[in-house]
Amino acid sequence: MNAAAAFFYIFSTVMIGSAFMVISARNPVHSVLFLILAFVNAAGLFLLLGAEFLAMIIVIVYVGAVAVLFLFVVMMLDVDFAELKQGFLQYLPVGALIGVAVLIELVLVVGAWTMSPAAIGSVGSPAPSDVSNTLALGRVLYTKHVYFFQAAGLVLLTAMIGAIVLTLRHKPDVKRQDIAEQNARDKSDVELKKVPSRAGV
Amino acid sequence: MIIGLNQYLIVAAMLFTLGIAGIILNRKNIIVILMSVELILLSVNINLVAFSTFLGDLTGQVFSLFILTVAAAEAAIGLAVLVTYFRNRGSIAVEDINMMKG
Repeated sequence: MNAAAAFFYIFSTVMIGSAFMVISARNPVHSVLFLILAFVNAAGLFLLLGAEFLAMIIVIVYVGAVAVLFLFVVMMLDVDFAELKQGFLQYLPVGALIGVAVLIELVLVVGAWTMSPAAIGSVGSPAPSDVSNTLALGRVLYTKHVYFFQAAGLVLLTAMIGAIVLTLRHKPDVKRQDIAEQNARDKSDVELKKVPSRAGV
Repeated sequence: MIIGLNQYLIVAAMLFTLGIAGIILNRKNIIVILMSVELILLSVNINLVAFSTFLGDLTGQVFSLFILTVAAAEAAIGLAVLVTYFRNRGSIAVEDINMMKG
């Protein structure tokens, strides 16, 4: 067994195991931490596949942003998670049944599947072998798929505005700066007081 | 021993199955449901990147990049809705989410 195969089995075993812990951990904080472990191992699998740019993006976006967002929300919400966990054993038979059925179906599909010779010939944007993965990806992303790239930016903008609109709230008792009111203030309304230094107000 | 496309597809299938089972098992906890959706999207990404590598076609990696974008947006919006809902109701149990029921 060569090193690539060994690393493939290490990464995939740890990833599957931590994905199992994500759905079965009692504490949601542990779930989030196992989710981070699964993402890191998926990044390792991507590295093995030669998709270095996507591996780094997985680490930055998923581990750095999405998982930390989950962690914030889990820790911020004051929820009794033990109560939410109650139906777990009740749903275990049907969940395991559906899971095994889906897995058998997918493995049957993967086992009986062969690549069509026509599909190999009709490669849309062939990966060049002389440049790095990031450069090759940029060459197709900014030329052939530039409209999709812009649309992805719009999706992120919508998500950002939506998240801000949903979670921002103005409390009535919080004092905020009103620049127009400050600029319109007359000097005669302001009372100036001389405060001795080191004496407090 | 050489690692081919089928090994990656089977790993992705197992991850997908765990995501589906997680949605069914944790039906009360919407945070774990969102995490299971992330696992499902990750398995789809593994499939796309594996096909991209073994076919020598970069389009799969571009698709995977867009799936990543949509997954990040979905997590942000979903968690924002969750926080707003928790402020209004003081609970995140899935069976309590029935305010729009006619």
